[in-house]
Amino acid sequence: MKYLKNFYKYRYLLYEIVRKNIKLQYRNSVLGIFWTFLQPLLTTIVLVLVFGGVFGSKRADMVNFPIYLLCGRLIYEFFTQSTKRAMRSIRLSASVIKKVYVPKYIYPLSNVIANFVTFLISLTVLACFIIYFYFFSDKPPIINGYIFLSPVPILILLILSVGVGLILSTLEVFFKDVEYLYEVFCMLLFYLTPIFYHVDQLGITNRFVKMALMANPLYAITNMFRSCVLYGEMFNMNHFWYALGFSLLTVIIGLWAFYKKQDKFILHI
Amino acid sequence: MSKPAIVVDHMSMMFNLNKEKVDNLKEYFIKLLTRRLHFTEFWALNDITFTVEKGERVGVLGFNGAGKSTLLKVIAGVLKPTKGSVKVNGVIAPMLELGAGFDMNYSGKENIFLYGATMGYSRKFIEEKYNEIVEFSELKDFIDVPVKNYSSGMRARLGFAIATAVEPEILILDEVLSVGDAKFRKKSEEKVRSMFDKGTTVLFVSHSTQQVLNICNKAIILDHGKLIAQGDAKEICKLYDDMVKGVK
Repeated sequence: MKYLKNFYKYRYLLYEIVRKNIKLQYRNSVLGIFWTFLQPLLTTIVLVLVFGGVFGSKRADMVNFPIYLLCGRLIYEFFTQSTKRAMRSIRLSASVIKKVYVPKYIYPLSNVIANFVTFLISLTVLACFIIYFYFFSDKPPIINGYIFLSPVPILILLILSVGVGLILSTLEVFFKDVEYLYEVFCMLLFYLTPIFYHVDQLGITNRFVKMALMANPLYAITNMFRSCVLYGEMFNMNHFWYALGFSLLTVIIGLWAFYKKQDKFILHI
Repeated sequence: MSKPAIVVDHMSMMFNLNKEKVDNLKEYFIKLLTRRLHFTEFWALNDITFTVEKGERVGVLGFNGAGKSTLLKVIAGVLKPTKGSVKVNGVIAPMLELGAGFDMNYSGKENIFLYGATMGYSRKFIEEKYNEIVEFSELKDFIDVPVKNYSSGMRARLGFAIATAVEPEILILDEVLSVGDAKFRKKSEEKVRSMFDKGTTVLFVSHSTQQVLNICNKAIILDHGKLIAQGDAKEICKLYDDMVKGVK
């Protein structure tokens, strides 16, 4: 109750910092906010050319590959960008934290939310892809009522990013090495998440390798999202419960670690 | 009489003085394994107890390293006391360092809203005060320029203008009345004085007993983390002057 009241008082700060992060991200660039749209479009074209053309052999039987790829890429990109920025947020706002009382979780939280807003804008690229391929493709995406369930995986993704962001920001204050380790981890995650491949097509026979791949919550989230916007089917309920449970657990661990350690932040930044 | 503005109750603040700052994993594990992760305890503040009633203006005197800034940080809520407690009743405007909440890439105008939000005020509230802030800071021509291009005096002026415009109930001043040129200094002293008439509680840190006598009606002296004297500003300032002479 006390925390909620404090959060309510500082909601303006949350709003202002989210606003600031979005505004400053594209300041001084000629195309400005248009980049949130252009960047996923261009990188997806690169990925389609690489994995659909040069390395692509088994992709032929897959449903619409550009949409498949874009779904995975958008989710992966949002997750890594927002958690990376949340991780550095405490150290970057050291000048404020050292001088004025502010609830510190505002900083990781606002970074995730700011990224979430640009993520939502970049979803228009996906909408354009879907509309284009729906009318001009021999493998159109199947669009039906299930598309209205697509906010479910997106919300789980947001919860997951907040949780991981809180954990990383707490760790980063005490050990700056986490920044470099996480960079490597994100690269690993790019290959662990089925962005450009399909797990069933890898021909993995070892059960443990397959389970290790499926333990990745991003696997469940991307699959759920694709069910809604590409396959036109209900998402796998096991994926739903696993992703939701995993995300809530990270938030709980994140909040616990953050509250336990936040009074010591100032001595380390 | 309503509740006192600030109650500091047997408050102590301890820091770990580690000789080197350990902030990466490798060092941490090496130190842990070789058992060299030892800290020296340092009590920056030791068993401080005092009360500030609403509307009182308290000067905090003390030599360098006496714990003045630490005390203000604890009262502002930036640091959490190791022992004891601090209770604050009312909206607090910490002016520990003017412009601490500024973002360098943001323009002056945008920073006004950001700084206001840092103190917990809504956009609407700041909009009402906006003209007053700009006028007081004398930065009308530069308000759309990024703050990174401001001089330190301009930054401090803007910070002072925002912090005082919101009319806080408790004002913390850490040697900030030495902002800008003589003209602005006079203006800011007048502003602070006008806030007294509205019953604002003030905590004022200074080395100058003259300034303390000008502004405060009460004073305390800190020395090596201990509260050694408190009472009427005139007596305390006299005591402090004697202490300074004694040191010399």
